[in-house]
Amino acid sequence: MAATTTTVPNAGPVSGSRSFLRKLREGDEIARIITFLFASTVVLVTILLVFELWHGSSLARHKFGFGFFVTSVWDPIAGDFGALPFIYGTLVTALVSLAIAVPLGIGAAIFLAELAPQKISDTLQFFIDLLAAVPSVIYGLLGVFIIVPIMREYIQPFLKSTLGFLPLFTGPAYGIGFFTAGIVLAIMVIPYIVSVSREVLLSVPRDQREAALALGSTRWESTWKVVVPFARTGIMGSIFLALARALGETMAVTMVIGNTPTISASLFSPGYSIAAVIANEFSEATGDLYVQSLIELGLVLFILTFVLNGLARLLIILTAQRGSEMGRT
Amino acid sequence: MKRFAGLLLVVLALAGMVWAQGALLINGAGATFPYPIYSKWFDEYHKKFTNVQINYQSVGSGAGIKQVTEGTVDFGASDAIMNDDQLKAYADKHGSGILHFPMVLGAVVPIYNVPGVNSALNFTPEALAGIFLGRVTKWNDPAIASANKGVNLPANDIVVVHRSDGSGTTYIWTDYLSKVSSDWNTKPGKGASISWPVGLGGKGNEGVSGLIRNTPNSIGYVELIYAVQTKIEYASVKNSSGDFVKADFGSVSAAAAGAAKDMPDDFRVSITNAPGKGAYPISSFTWLLIPAKFSDAGKRDAMKGFIKWGITDGQSYAENLSYAKLPKEVVAKELKAIDKIQ
Amino acid sequence: MITRLRYRKFVSGFMLGMTGLAAFITVSVLFFILGYLVYHGGTSINWNFFTKLPTPVGEAGGGMANAIVGSAKLLFLASLIGVPVGFLGGVYLAEFSGGAIAFVVRYAADLLNGVPSIVIGIFAYALVVLPFKHYSTLAGSFALALMMIPITLRSTEQFLQAVPGSLREGAMALGASKWKTIASVIVPAAYRGILTAILLALARVAGETAPLLFTAFGNRFWSPGWEQPTASLPVMIYTYAISPYDDWHRQAWAAGLVLLGLILVVNIIARAILARGVSIPRT
Repeated sequence: MAATTTTVPNAGPVSGSRSFLRKLREGDEIARIITFLFASTVVLVTILLVFELWHGSSLARHKFGFGFFVTSVWDPIAGDFGALPFIYGTLVTALVSLAIAVPLGIGAAIFLAELAPQKISDTLQFFIDLLAAVPSVIYGLLGVFIIVPIMREYIQPFLKSTLGFLPLFTGPAYGIGFFTAGIVLAIMVIPYIVSVSREVLLSVPRDQREAALALGSTRWESTWKVVVPFARTGIMGSIFLALARALGETMAVTMVIGNTPTISASLFSPGYSIAAVIANEFSEATGDLYVQSLIELGLVLFILTFVLNGLARLLIILTAQRGSEMGRT
Repeated sequence: MKRFAGLLLVVLALAGMVWAQGALLINGAGATFPYPIYSKWFDEYHKKFTNVQINYQSVGSGAGIKQVTEGTVDFGASDAIMNDDQLKAYADKHGSGILHFPMVLGAVVPIYNVPGVNSALNFTPEALAGIFLGRVTKWNDPAIASANKGVNLPANDIVVVHRSDGSGTTYIWTDYLSKVSSDWNTKPGKGASISWPVGLGGKGNEGVSGLIRNTPNSIGYVELIYAVQTKIEYASVKNSSGDFVKADFGSVSAAAAGAAKDMPDDFRVSITNAPGKGAYPISSFTWLLIPAKFSDAGKRDAMKGFIKWGITDGQSYAENLSYAKLPKEVVAKELKAIDKIQ
Repeated sequence: MITRLRYRKFVSGFMLGMTGLAAFITVSVLFFILGYLVYHGGTSINWNFFTKLPTPVGEAGGGMANAIVGSAKLLFLASLIGVPVGFLGGVYLAEFSGGAIAFVVRYAADLLNGVPSIVIGIFAYALVVLPFKHYSTLAGSFALALMMIPITLRSTEQFLQAVPGSLREGAMALGASKWKTIASVIVPAAYRGILTAILLALARVAGETAPLLFTAFGNRFWSPGWEQPTASLPVMIYTYAISPYDDWHRQAWAAGLVLLGLILVVNIIARAILARGVSIPRT
């Protein structure tokens, strides 16, 4: 759901001229108040959610302070909680997913926006929209039974034998771990990158392309050197959007990441993510500090996705504006 | 469209009403260790007494303790006894206590998936502690090989699998390791969820067995029935009298024999590393956690009825599912304790 | 000079080919997923799956009838909560508000839309489960409704705003009051778009698992009424998939196929509804 806001002039020039009473009698004011109440519910719920996360983690925040983010002990017996392994796992899996999803997604978006005939482009986009609708737990199911064995038997041994000199590809090939989680995430976020990037690329004014082609560029050169740079901010936006999705993803990651709070340079190592630890431990955490530490993790996740989503939206809007401004001249 | 939606609404409302007048639904949550027998019991019990449905979700002992304390479920189940802090937390919250009822005995077994090894392996306590501390890392390490003469162990890396959730099975396993290894006792120690030195985490006994089945060269620990049902190899463990014993209801009962004689009144007792020649060292009772005070008399009576049935008639299902029956002395003591539920 | 040009042409062709390949790979993932689900799930689906309750653990057979009904109930109640709030909130944004309030509401909706589903789960647990002392269909529906609201709200707003101004002015000129104009002219003009948005929101939350883990919980039996824990398809897929039992794996595949099938069908219907309507901006 890319929110491209279309501003239409508000059609209500009459409002000032009627008396309040008359509006009330005709139901306008009632309708306004009722719809306002519903709209404000949304604001209320959001405030409540932020408050709940903030208030619910106060004990942990006071006890651990900033240290929460840089210590790696997660010891429920001793009551010592540090979030570093979870933050690390969340970031690493998200980065792996972007490393795969960005080239693929942007490539596909370029194909859809620039090359494919309208009909084919729309059909493929339709399939990609369907792909975005596949629920997380289904990816987890496929991850557990299809991707993990393939990783363990073929891909990880292969990477070990060819790129094993890098610390990234060392250690036993469990099949589950950061790498597999990253790949599953990549599959999940590609549709977001494709859809948004395609929209952004399509919003690049036609004359930009034509000018480049007229100057003797090949089709690829006009795309890569003119159209893509023009849409750069918007594409960045789509990447941030994908990143936000990847960070908050729970089920598929829980099922393939290995659920162990470790920090390891090797991508083959099992790990843990913020969302996964909440899913696993929230319903069983006894003791206030334990629960509150988990809620603080939720807060961290919330803030991360909030910032990224905001940035993404800003970048996408900026590109769209630039496109329409250029289009007008 | 509107007509369709209206129809749907009516159907759902009707269905909701029909169900609402149906059986009494009691919700419980907790240990995965006894889940196979509990789900069998609750199924059979519902067939016998159709007006009682007991919905049990195997979410782990830690969650069982937590959720019964929060009051979001009617009863909990755990194979780790609640410690004094947890009992106090419960009492503070509810103004009344919570009771432990041992329901059945089980064993935690080391399970493994080592390609090429089809015979049952033997493990010494030292080998188990070494593997789970991350010191023994290869399958052909002398610590393992010395107890398994004649078995061709590969030089592969050991993949350790443990629980990712708060678990009574973990509690029993680490309680045992703490008793046999002083290193383990200092760190990481015993508990329902601990900070593991090595390994992958699986959710529930189900998740650990699933991981072991799917991962070559792995070792983990589960309740016996999970190894039996999924046909995963499980090992004999050396007990305190120096014999390698394989878990079965006989060797588990032998481990419980001592505890049965002087069972404390609150039934909170550990039988890991129990003395006795044929005793399996990683055995345990598993408990239902029942609030001492129910606000709903119907639920209270149904619960009392079930416990009574479970520790008497229900015991006949135990051995088929590789659990050991409760010793007679314990059953007698529990039948009296049921009256404490109000 | 010529070779240079040929090189550039070659690069152009090659890179364009690569983008085509990327598009092909991306789309083929969908067919892989469908193929695997049909292959594994299709062979495991049978009548029992739709009509029987789950068996005790480790015993073969049984089905997910309670989870199918449970999911339906969850979605029904979630729509009952989420759609009015989203729809009327959207009407407010498009028709009645301006300036600061609209900005705040939009902002809150976008914020809510971005909240990871597991965090929604925490929130619903704290807000509904703990005070009521019960895992329940209600709590699960509340969590799902929270995810439906922002989608419905923003789409309603967009589709209403896209209704041509002439329609609005025409109705007003005939002397209709504002709310009558909205109810009888504007909303009907945009209803296809709004319906599409609601269906898409429904399809999105239908597969959500994380917010149900500690709200709807699970149930071996039928869940009576709305205040008891309930089984749901996504949670069943999760618990069955990580279990060690072949028969449960089989059923997880079957459930996956049913769930994905339903979601895709709803998606296709939703898009078809939109395509037949007047031209309205894409969501």
